[in-house]
Amino acid sequence: MLTVPIDTQILFAGILFFLGLIGLLVRRNLVFMLMAIEIMFNSAGLVFIIAARHWNQPDGQVMFIFILAVTAVEVAIGLALILQVYHHFKTLDVDAINNLKDDR
Amino acid sequence: MDIFFYIAASIAIISTIMAISGRNAIHSLMFLILSLLAISVVFYLLDAPFVAALEVIIYAGAIMVLFIFVTMMLNIGLEKKQEKRWLHSRMWILPSILAIILFIDLILALRNLPPVALSKQVILPKQVGISLFTTYLPAVEIAAILLMAGVIGAYHLGSQKKKVLHRFLEKK
Repeated sequence: MLTVPIDTQILFAGILFFLGLIGLLVRRNLVFMLMAIEIMFNSAGLVFIIAARHWNQPDGQVMFIFILAVTAVEVAIGLALILQVYHHFKTLDVDAINNLKDDR
Repeated sequence: MDIFFYIAASIAIISTIMAISGRNAIHSLMFLILSLLAISVVFYLLDAPFVAALEVIIYAGAIMVLFIFVTMMLNIGLEKKQEKRWLHSRMWILPSILAIILFIDLILALRNLPPVALSKQVILPKQVGISLFTTYLPAVEIAAILLMAGVIGAYHLGSQKKKVLHRFLEKK
């Protein structure tokens, strides 16, 4: 039996989430930003699984399946958008995509 | 038994750090796949074997393949140089070591933990399925609508615009 305290498990999920958040805020490449969002989704699912084990209910795993579906859609749309951005701007730098910015 | 959890968790954290701090997108994706596999081992240790299998099949299998395809599509023409760089040992030595440690961790955990069906706390796929298709049936339908919208959206965004100009007239 696994006897790791639930605090440690949640801490592990939290570390993963913040690594994803740091990656999202620091990186300027669109592919890396999408990867960071993936990491955050995954750690959120991890918390659901930890809670499912703690309460011994299947609901957490059901929620993980929903997160999986949402992630799949998000990745498909996100990558299609990245391809379009690359066709238009010939770069993946988010700072270069500023057509909606106000002219001051 | 806790040591297996800690090993898998530290591999997940290390490879995630490598994934978000890498320069080359493909290497980062390889580290991200390793991180997902490590998290899948954690899921198995957390008495969720069904979700562990889903994590490997859908995350590490399907979603990461999409990522790799798009990354390869974005820098066409550099393949030969890139392939030479991949064969450099310092590129693959760290992921290989981490993956081997993870594999040994999984083997030892499988040998030492009691079989899944015997331990009481495990939530089996049957329970998950019953809950999914009774209590959460509306949510399943909404997820189906979302997937449909995703398919149509990806098709629309991915389709190339038709050229208006003749190819001799367009600017190079």
